[in-house]
Amino acid sequence: MIYLKLFWSFLQIGLFSFGGGYAAIPLIQSQVVDINQWLSMSEFADVITISQMTPGPIAINSATFVGTRIAGIQGAIVATIGCVFPSCIIVLSLAYIYYRYRGLSVVQGVLNGLRPAVIAMIGSAGIALMNLAFENGKGVSGKMGNVNFISVAIFSLAIIILRKWKSNPIFVMIGSGILGLCVYSLDL
Amino acid sequence: MKENIKLYFKLFTSTFYLSAFTFGGGFVIIPLMRKKFVEEYKWIEEKEMLDLTAIAQSSPGAIAVNASILVGYRLAGVLGAMITIFGTILPPLIILSIISVAYTVFRDSLIVNYVLRGMQAGVAAVIIDVVINMTIDLLKERKAMPVMVMIGAFIATFIFHINVIVIIITSGVIGAVSMYYTNYVKKSGGLK
Repeated sequence: MIYLKLFWSFLQIGLFSFGGGYAAIPLIQSQVVDINQWLSMSEFADVITISQMTPGPIAINSATFVGTRIAGIQGAIVATIGCVFPSCIIVLSLAYIYYRYRGLSVVQGVLNGLRPAVIAMIGSAGIALMNLAFENGKGVSGKMGNVNFISVAIFSLAIIILRKWKSNPIFVMIGSGILGLCVYSLDL
Repeated sequence: MKENIKLYFKLFTSTFYLSAFTFGGGFVIIPLMRKKFVEEYKWIEEKEMLDLTAIAQSSPGAIAVNASILVGYRLAGVLGAMITIFGTILPPLIILSIISVAYTVFRDSLIVNYVLRGMQAGVAAVIIDVVINMTIDLLKERKAMPVMVMIGAFIATFIFHINVIVIIITSGVIGAVSMYYTNYVKKSGGLK
């Protein structure tokens, strides 16, 4: 019964969270905190914090966290499956349509319009992330104009390495993490 | 058969690996996938990757999961999609199950915070780098419509925070109309 409830709740989260990431937070909150009271508000805030600190989508992270809390590992698995199930059906249908009809001139036109828009949206996400990194204080938006120069330096170095040597982005990310650890520890 | 198993295994390991490094939101998986599947393996074309991103973005659910489903489906059908979903959700599932046991320790750890603070700048650099590459490619086409759509979509999303679905539908319509218009103009021009 509890498995069914977990599955159903996270199925709704998966089905109605468009736009990914932060757009899903209110939806998760209503299911997990308000309707089912599986987590308190402060526990939910912790889930968001952890999600920002770990890889993986917020919805999947919440599913694992809540599932584990309520019904152990099985609960986590059931909630996660519920969460990805709607994407699975919808994305596979769209993929089928795309590969079948992408040769059509109308579809070509639509895709020609979509590609630049996608670049713009990725760019916008990148700049938002850059601003967050450059802000002083731990992600909490502090005083304006208070720039974290260590972040700016790491960012610039990373951009130079990426553009000049076309390095593997994952190594650049790990390198920035290690650099952050060294520099910030010294700064104490 | 043996070839298939090899492909399945490669799909699983690469999505698992990419998912484990998708810090800072779902979009981060796009440059990582592009590097792996477009540049390294050459399994997917550049333009196709952008199309798949548009589909991932306009479907409900997490972008990282949606993009993985698409790559899996493209390379090995529905079974491939199942494998890539599994590869993508496994890292957060493992990490979160461990962390949910001792999350206050993790959250308050200075070392973790320093590493993440550094990584944040690195992740931003990775995304900006890939956007620069894609913009250069777009400008090389020397067409006005895509550049205008890109600028318009950027202003709409970054400054006005307009819903992504609205942006996607609008740019799709602009693309279709522009295609119709150029075809029509060419044809009528040819008749005279």
